[in-house]
Amino acid sequence: MWSYEKKLQYPVKVSTCNPTLAKYLTEQYGGADGELAAALRYLNQRYTIPEKVIGLLTDIGTEEFAHLEMIATMIYKLTKDATPQQLRDAGLGEHYVAHDSALFYNNAAGVPFTASYIQAKGDPIADLYEDIAAEEKARATYQWIIDMSDDPDLNDSLRFLREREIIHSQRFREAVEILKEERDRKKIF
Amino acid sequence: MKSNPKTFTKVKSYVPYHSPCDPCPPIGRKYYSTPPNLYLGFQPPNLPQFSPIEALKRGTLWPVFYDFYENPYKKRAGKEHE
Repeated sequence: MWSYEKKLQYPVKVSTCNPTLAKYLTEQYGGADGELAAALRYLNQRYTIPEKVIGLLTDIGTEEFAHLEMIATMIYKLTKDATPQQLRDAGLGEHYVAHDSALFYNNAAGVPFTASYIQAKGDPIADLYEDIAAEEKARATYQWIIDMSDDPDLNDSLRFLREREIIHSQRFREAVEILKEERDRKKIF
Repeated sequence: MKSNPKTFTKVKSYVPYHSPCDPCPPIGRKYYSTPPNLYLGFQPPNLPQFSPIEALKRGTLWPVFYDFYENPYKKRAGKEHE
């Protein structure tokens, strides 16, 4: 069960009207290494992983939904007042004809989300290594979006999200350490 | 806020080969991030912490894990942040 706090994990402020950025941000919304994929991946894997790291997957998977909500807010703010012409100029004409300015789970190139973006091998090490890779890929995606964006306020929120990817990667790496640990030395945090 | 005094760098770079026959002018240096999580292993206990407000802003409680990102291709603006 979840409980919901009606606020964002980190404030989202967008200072320039640039719907093209919304198109780029969609990569983190419904893309292969996006927040939706991350949340679904972790929350699904946690059923078949040793008990010691279930909580970690629950926590991080849950946080990914908080990130998804931030990305959604960014996209919404960038597109809600855009005219069809502005959306077309931003490369979102195809999106408009199918969805108006509704958000949809596709990547920046318009490819709809698919469950094959995520994996569940059932092998704890394989799954955690995938999770580490997913975090690093999401971190890189945030970098490339920051590189493409010149909105300082938006970049501030994106930097927060990128930092969280680093921490998640760290925690998954620690999870691997916990699972491969030999009995001789026990470290509790 | 001092973290590990420079035991690793958070950005690396290399110069990709550029052929005289390549169509575009060379990009010069390519940069890539090597954030702290690659180096620290299992987090040791009792690391210095940011204040709660600062931590909420930065996305981490521990300075060692903080890694400010700036587009490396737009003139490395003197923002080292540490």
